[in-house]
Amino acid sequence: MRRVLALLALLALPPQAKDAAAEEVVLGLSQDSVNISTDFDGSDILIFGAIKRETALEADPLQVIVTIEGPDLPVTVRRKERVFGIWMNTAKVVVDAAPTFYAIATSAPWREAITDTEDLRHRVSIRRAIRSVGAEVMDSQNFSQALIRIRKDSGSYMLLENAVTLREETLFDTRISMPANLTEGAYATRIFLTRNGRVVSQYATVINVRKVGLERWLYGLSRAEPLLYGLMSIALAIAAGWGASAAFRAVRSS
Amino acid sequence: MQIYLPISEVAVNAFLLLGLGGLVGVLSGMFGVGGGFLLTPLLFFIGIPPSVAVATGANQIVAASFSGLLAHLRRKTVDLRMGTVLLSGGLVGAAIGVWLFNYLKTLGQVDLMVRLCYVLFLGVVGGLMFVESLNALRKARRGAPSKRKKHTWVHALPLKMRFRTSGLYISVIPPVLVGCAVGVLSAIMGVGGGFIMVPAMIYLLGMPTKVVVGTSLFQIIFVAGFTTLLHATTNYTVDVMLAVLLILGGVIGAQFGTAIGTKMKAEQLRILLAGLVLLVCAKIALELLLTPSEVYSLTPGAE
Repeated sequence: MRRVLALLALLALPPQAKDAAAEEVVLGLSQDSVNISTDFDGSDILIFGAIKRETALEADPLQVIVTIEGPDLPVTVRRKERVFGIWMNTAKVVVDAAPTFYAIATSAPWREAITDTEDLRHRVSIRRAIRSVGAEVMDSQNFSQALIRIRKDSGSYMLLENAVTLREETLFDTRISMPANLTEGAYATRIFLTRNGRVVSQYATVINVRKVGLERWLYGLSRAEPLLYGLMSIALAIAAGWGASAAFRAVRSS
Repeated sequence: MQIYLPISEVAVNAFLLLGLGGLVGVLSGMFGVGGGFLLTPLLFFIGIPPSVAVATGANQIVAASFSGLLAHLRRKTVDLRMGTVLLSGGLVGAAIGVWLFNYLKTLGQVDLMVRLCYVLFLGVVGGLMFVESLNALRKARRGAPSKRKKHTWVHALPLKMRFRTSGLYISVIPPVLVGCAVGVLSAIMGVGGGFIMVPAMIYLLGMPTKVVVGTSLFQIIFVAGFTTLLHATTNYTVDVMLAVLLILGGVIGAQFGTAIGTKMKAEQLRILLAGLVLLVCAKIALELLLTPSEVYSLTPGAE
């Protein structure tokens, strides 16, 4: 019920000054920020919206693609090989920027939703979102594929085909589960509307992911005052050791 | 109950961490080892980033060892004098070890080196200890007094010092060297070094087993504390939240471990520790030899 109310509120908003696209996205989010607290165990984000159009409905079916992209960070991909019977790292590729999280939800199978040309132009698919320049090995393709494979297995990258529900080419909604191991930062959220695989309209917003409370304080302290933080850790360890020893003796003597 | 760890940036079950800490704590109290050689690989296994696991493991070792040390102090089974001599060598060794670690890092094979170190030292130490304690156990059963060699080259060195608690009158050079060697290894392998220290004290220095455990714990506290500080200030990888949970389990476990340890025969203790060391050694060796399911691995950042 609340979802519907929020949606109605959004629909009532005045039209924004945008390029003269025939169809525009009006978007809602169940939350525009994710707070990482002590009991944080992942978060479900509900993305919903409506398509506002000035013209009559076209014959070709409309498709919706939703992407959420975490902060880009460099990552080193290493490959092991057997040397003298022992598996050791022999080759590496430094990927300059790979999103720490990337989720794509579409309203149709990927092939129908967008063409390769449009994917290249708008950087929609996972492999387009990874940037790697100056690779030192011949088969650097294998390394970026491995990066995608490992991150897909751990749930950091996901392609959810047919996960966007589209009603009468006007209302759409999807739910994306974000895992617990999120990196802090701005998560770019994009919506693409496509017809025949061509992007006809797009919309972008940001979901902020940040640590709060105790998590924020500890993280900040460890970066700003590392010596103090280290001493605090040791003091805590000593106190706990002494406390347990004293408690154990009290229990046994009674 | 899931709990989010601020430095590791993962959510882990809190009771799992308490249990892990408790298990390692029991071993720590029983054998006088910090348990780092066991805890660090276990933390990798549940998905803690390796750098955080090594640093936080060191912090947990401080707590467990301190709890165990207090129990041993009450029983007067700590040779403080010997501990201080070992420690002076240990801190020098740790500093050398950190330098060596960074040097290996520039060569790009630090992970392999650490694993090979584990296999080599765990294998040799575990094997020697296993054989020796089996022999001792057999002798004890036959009723013959288990006699240790009274005079070795160790006793011919200068700078002699009397260690009353251990009942020794030996040169300070071997303990300082032992401490130093253990310090180097513990900095490279990210452990307190108890599993090397304990056998070294028994077989090289000829200390009585009862005193060895407490003295080892005394020494480990400082080496592990030093390592914690070093990691906190250079790599920012000590996770207090993770440490607190491990510590809570660990300190309680250590008390039980100490109680169990005093009820067992020295030879039995040693044979159990040897078995455990060999088990961990075999696991790491298999990882190096068997074909991994994924030959690619990811490390955050550009190195």
